[in-house]
Amino acid sequence: MFQHLLRTASGCKSLLGRRLVTVALLVYLVGTVLPLGAASSPDISARDANSDPNQHDAGQDQHDHGHHNSSGGGGKAFPVLSFDFERIKMPFEISLWVLLASLMKLGFHLTPRISNIVPESCLLIVVGLLVGGLIKVVGQTPPVLDSELFFLCLLPPIILDAGYFLPIRPFTENLGTILIFAVVGTLWNTFFIGGLLYGICQLEQTHLGQVDLLACLLFASIISAVDPVAVLAVFEEIHINELLHILVFGESLLNDAVTVVLYHLFEEFAGKGQVTVVDVLLGVVCFLVVALGGVMVGAIYGILAAFTSRFTSHTRVIEPLFVFLYSYMAYLSAEVFHLSGIMALIACGVVMRPYVEANISHKSHTTIKYFLKMWSSVSDTLIFIFLGVSTVAGNHHWNWTFVTATVILTLVARVLGVVGLTFIINKFRIVKLTTKDQFIIAYGGLRGAIAFSLGYLLDPVHFPMRDMFLTAIITVIFFTVFVQGMTIRPLVDLLAVKKKQETKRSINEEIHTQFLDHLLTGIEDICGHYGHHHWKDKMNRFNKKYVKKCLIAGERSKEPQLIAFYHKMEMKQAIELVESGGGVKAPAAMPSTVSMQNIQPKKQPERALPQLPKGREEEIRQILRTNLQRTRQRLQSYNRHTLVADPYEDRWKEILMKRKKITAMSNYLTVPAPAPDSPTMSRARLTSDPQAWSIKPDVDNVPAIKVDLASPQSPPDTINITDEFGKRSAAPPPTTADGDEDGGLVMKPPPPSLSVTTATWKKGGGGEEGKEEPQQRLMRCLSDPGPSGEEEEEDEPFLP
Amino acid sequence: MGASKSLQTTSEHDFEDLAERTGFSLEQIKNLHKRFQWLNNHQETLRREDFEKVSHLSFNPIRGQIIQAFFDKRNFGKGEVGEVDEIGFEQFLTVMSHFKAPNKKITEEETEAIRTHKLRFLFNMHDTDNDGTITLDEYRHLVEKLLSTCETLEEDTAKAIADAAMLEVAKITVVHMEPHEVYEGITFEQFQQILKGIEIERKMNIRFLQMDTTPMRCGK
Repeated sequence: MFQHLLRTASGCKSLLGRRLVTVALLVYLVGTVLPLGAASSPDISARDANSDPNQHDAGQDQHDHGHHNSSGGGGKAFPVLSFDFERIKMPFEISLWVLLASLMKLGFHLTPRISNIVPESCLLIVVGLLVGGLIKVVGQTPPVLDSELFFLCLLPPIILDAGYFLPIRPFTENLGTILIFAVVGTLWNTFFIGGLLYGICQLEQTHLGQVDLLACLLFASIISAVDPVAVLAVFEEIHINELLHILVFGESLLNDAVTVVLYHLFEEFAGKGQVTVVDVLLGVVCFLVVALGGVMVGAIYGILAAFTSRFTSHTRVIEPLFVFLYSYMAYLSAEVFHLSGIMALIACGVVMRPYVEANISHKSHTTIKYFLKMWSSVSDTLIFIFLGVSTVAGNHHWNWTFVTATVILTLVARVLGVVGLTFIINKFRIVKLTTKDQFIIAYGGLRGAIAFSLGYLLDPVHFPMRDMFLTAIITVIFFTVFVQGMTIRPLVDLLAVKKKQETKRSINEEIHTQFLDHLLTGIEDICGHYGHHHWKDKMNRFNKKYVKKCLIAGERSKEPQLIAFYHKMEMKQAIELVESGGGVKAPAAMPSTVSMQNIQPKKQPERALPQLPKGREEEIRQILRTNLQRTRQRLQSYNRHTLVADPYEDRWKEILMKRKKITAMSNYLTVPAPAPDSPTMSRARLTSDPQAWSIKPDVDNVPAIKVDLASPQSPPDTINITDEFGKRSAAPPPTTADGDEDGGLVMKPPPPSLSVTTATWKKGGGGEEGKEEPQQRLMRCLSDPGPSGEEEEEDEPFLP
Repeated sequence: MGASKSLQTTSEHDFEDLAERTGFSLEQIKNLHKRFQWLNNHQETLRREDFEKVSHLSFNPIRGQIIQAFFDKRNFGKGEVGEVDEIGFEQFLTVMSHFKAPNKKITEEETEAIRTHKLRFLFNMHDTDNDGTITLDEYRHLVEKLLSTCETLEEDTAKAIADAAMLEVAKITVVHMEPHEVYEGITFEQFQQILKGIEIERKMNIRFLQMDTTPMRCGK
């Protein structure tokens, strides 16, 4: 029935119908969840009432009769069917909640109209509210978001995902700004809100005299930190430009250290009741320890992970596991010492990535990517749902003054803080932040589940006003997520804030960016001051000289960025090309009739170039893809909402079956595009010949010849270049052995025992040249059963 | 000596002139002047050899091109072409002014103008024979230099990359060419077009110090 519903939902033409179906879906879901999940006391909160006796309430009666039999003594019939729910209760409930979360996600994407207006986080909170309400109606106590569960299970995947895919370049370029916002901004927020709240509480009318200063400050420290989960959830959908995204997001990550310190500080003091100057100083020291300690712990684990990944060439299957385990251990280790777990996790991900990416196989890379996105997605959904449920579940103490004062003060503090800090920061920035930028930064300061969990952890003995605090926290969270979350998208459009550029990075941009880096470093040196570029350059050289040698296996440590990038592009284009040739619309296809021959400085005689038959293009794709492994060093952080399904995945598998032992490849030839919308780039013309690798370096008349006719493994659709080219009319000028591309094609003879897998673009007659891999790389390629190339996103250099 | 006498000519008054023309502040100009004099040992002009005093530059793969840019007349803003063997402070400053960050409040046109100004500088660095286009050879040369720090570079890689890049430019800018047509090279307009994605006026800047930091540096 469920499937039927889903099918109906997706097949529904009218939006209204679709919505109705989705609602029906939701109701059905909740209907199944409630009796099973809510009836038994949810495991997640220790405080929940024991409701075992109610277990059989909703419709499980038919299983009842088996229950008694299992405990029976002699004389009873052998129980064919028994009901033993207790044993599996906990995992069952957990699974049920996760299932609910995932189904909700499914549901939202079936109703695009709503999800365009309302960000997903809001919808999830609403669902949580509904579920909580329904549970309450049934008579059970809904579970509250347990802080331990939150901090130990739900938060780490999201942070690791963020840290691993953090775009390093904008982050480091804006690090100063981010740090100032995170540290000074949060401190300002805390003291401003705390102080003013205390002042308000002291007023006679509010009857809140018992809330003392430290409690106010503690509350303020909880509420003042921008939440990474909420920011991610909302910002990912609005696609603003990279600078603003990294500023707000970076701030939300780095302010964890401040929050941790302030929280523990005020908690201690609230117990003691008195604060001395020494304590304040200790607090500052504590902050440094927490922040730097967290980063160090993360970095150590990151290096360990990188080092471990160097040796995993024979056990590719567990490579992703190392990444996850080391990161989680970093987080837990930091938590042991009350250091900032979030910063440890981020540091671990950032340090680990360039080296791990260079070492692991392509499949592992995909696995890591998808697992991280999956876990963080589920976590994210669960968090918001639980927020909704907890709202219904908790005891609330609504105090108009306190709550409205909190909301207003939070907003005001944020705006003032951002404006004030930007004024100072702009004096030091080369590229200044405009008013529009400031507005978005201020408006994007969302609060989320971390605030709630921290509030939940408050000790009721020390803080009798805990319920009031929780109510206020929830109100602020709701306000920021709903009001600010919903309105930020139209505001971004209204203010014409620059959006993220969707264009893929071209090889030209890459070349010129690198050129620019060197240029700026040089100019800085000439000017004589050690600026940003100077240090970056120094670090790059240090990295290249020492670190990479230790942490990256084999030859890959020497591969420069540009080459890696270039190979990646080759791959992509060849794949796109083949895809389009095969009838699938190539992403970002550029209709152009320009081909290599137009570029050549020496004129070629007119030649009628052959069309590449479609079957053969599959071959090319496959071989090209084996090179994708080398070029994964950069990843652009991207949005889990738009994780695109790999279009190549299925077709790839077929080819993979056939071509498992590709070892050699030759060169390609450019031909004019057969299909009107396919890139004219280059068509690869390859033969794969595991055995017969007999290439003549001096090929005279025929471009790109690779003989492979004898191999028994070659499937019938092996490309047979000789035939085709033999019939060509004009001949390109003869080539020389060392790769002179005056027009002919050049073949580099590989090392004798070596089977090479490379994309070799040849020139002349319109081919493009590439390079051949040394053996080491090949072994890496082969040991892994092929990539499942889905590289749609562009990579960014780690340290450009 | 003659050196110190001619140094008198670059006095405060001239500094103000320069400040107006290049957009630097007086402090920045004074700093740069001090640096200029350190580089060329308090001579009047700066020569290519003087750049060797900057030790860190030796690590730079494109140091040749950077130094050349200082002696390229096209960057002096006077519309001349060719190269010189020695430059004065004014030309030094003019070249440096290409790396100045735009002020906070400028209009769209000004941003465009600045961007064109900076891109022109970059273009001149690549177009070494000053024929108005970056040919394939020049591009190859560029890529080779960029990759020159890589130890295990194989011969054809640089060429391949340059070719692919050139092809991409052609495809983006010219889009349609007959098979017999030859793409001569990247013109300045095309150069601007392909680098539109990089907001060059935000990236191609360095921080020019207001304060004099010579005492703090232990001589480079």
